[in-house]
Amino acid sequence: MARTLILAFEPSEAVSLTGFAAQLQQPFDVIFLTGQAPADIGAERVFVANLDQVAPADATAKGVLSLCEGYSHIASVSSMRSKDILARLASLLGGAMVTDVVSVESNTVYKRPILAGSVIATVEVLQTPVVLTVRPAGFSPVSGNDSASEAVTISSESVVTVVSQTSRGGLRPDLTRAKVIVSGGRPLKDSETFERIVGGLADRLGGAVGATRAAVDAGIAGNELQVGQTGKIVAPELYIAAGISGSTQHMAGIKDSKLIVAINKDPDAPIFQVADLGLVADLYDAVPALQALIGS
Amino acid sequence: MKILVPIKRVVDPYAKVRPSADGSGLDTAGLKFEINPFDEIAIEEAVRLRERNGDIEIIVLSIGTSESEEQLRKALAMGADRAILVETSEVYDSPSIADELAAQVNEIRPDLILMGKQATDDDANQAGQMLAALLDYPQATFASKLTVQGSVALVTRETDSGEECLELPLPAVITTDLRLNEPRYIALPGIIKARSKPLDRRPPTNAPKLRTRITRYELAPTRSAGVKVNSVDELYQALKSKGVV
Repeated sequence: MARTLILAFEPSEAVSLTGFAAQLQQPFDVIFLTGQAPADIGAERVFVANLDQVAPADATAKGVLSLCEGYSHIASVSSMRSKDILARLASLLGGAMVTDVVSVESNTVYKRPILAGSVIATVEVLQTPVVLTVRPAGFSPVSGNDSASEAVTISSESVVTVVSQTSRGGLRPDLTRAKVIVSGGRPLKDSETFERIVGGLADRLGGAVGATRAAVDAGIAGNELQVGQTGKIVAPELYIAAGISGSTQHMAGIKDSKLIVAINKDPDAPIFQVADLGLVADLYDAVPALQALIGS
Repeated sequence: MKILVPIKRVVDPYAKVRPSADGSGLDTAGLKFEINPFDEIAIEEAVRLRERNGDIEIIVLSIGTSESEEQLRKALAMGADRAILVETSEVYDSPSIADELAAQVNEIRPDLILMGKQATDDDANQAGQMLAALLDYPQATFASKLTVQGSVALVTRETDSGEECLELPLPAVITTDLRLNEPRYIALPGIIKARSKPLDRRPPTNAPKLRTRITRYELAPTRSAGVKVNSVDELYQALKSKGVV
């Protein structure tokens, strides 16, 4: 019974949870819902569902329910999709749930941020099984040998019809897994300018593009690019904030970044209070100049 | 058609909330309390649906102490027709809130349940999905656009990589995201009218069965300011010396 199941909606998610699984000090298995399994994550059993795409929450929660039997812990990487599906699953299992786990104190005690990340709560789990969504930033991946993968079938029959889907990711890395992120704020005027200035530097660094809520609300950037409390929580090696004043809302999403660089023409912008490297300058001059230097 | 909007009384989301000295709770003395902003978006959306579609009864419900009446009255002022206060001083977690809401839904029988994607105090993002599971209703979380035609809801929802449009048969649970709407300003006539709208107090159907409990609160570690560089060239050299470019 003391056993963990990792639900990987995309293959790379399993790797980023190996460190978390190791801290629970019990065997773990993985279900790969889509894609092929990487070979060296140290799972005892590897299940491959090979879905073309993950079905709506009602179907997927029901579909994985029987596969969750016998596990004390069921975990996924924190994302909009995992929260959508796993909260439903936790209820079907009659279990407990902890979202956005940032540290493991014991197999029944976890820490998680509340109040937009300003306070850390210690949560004691009183019910088995427990379903967890985990922020991988605080856990270093570990590797180990896997056994051969086993095929599983997950029913995807939903009463919900998917009418359309738009994915605007393009070729850039995913925000939540990117090593480098360049983000822009409201001063970027329009989407074309945003793409040229912020996108240009991001591409030079092989990084992802992020945006503030103000930039998204103004239609300058897509909603999936929003970084912050109500958007994506990121933890890259390098976070470059261009024309971002640094609202509490935005800061809540970036504070796990290793190195924060701020470029802003307002020397009093709050972002400078958290930035490791700050440059008071007009982003229209500084960002292209930095891009040119990196390329030289 | 009947829409149920469950709402939560939360500490002012823009206030700086600190743990109490012994870490056993939060120090909210002197702070304002509000409707959870995502729930406020849900109320607004219900009112807009009624303005577009007509013939909709909007019921707001809150589980909490008598102080939640303040938030229910505000919801009535925004345009809800009646309010239910499930009065309790017990501590709830998301699964036990979903349990109580499910019991209420079985009595109220709404066609649609509209609620915030999460509350800005605990940031759990669980109750809506759990309620949908208990009722075996379809769900659409993170809604950014909603239309209802007959017994079908068409929902555009935000996803990790963009957005998708879902068609759900009613009854269903829909949770709201930030971009669904901007809640209206409440004018004085609305506030006066809200005083005479019905507010029904009732005890919880069952005692809450907790699956988790918070044992300690502490301030999150904060970052401190680093150094300011004077030029793009200096910035580039600093990044280079740290090995990140």
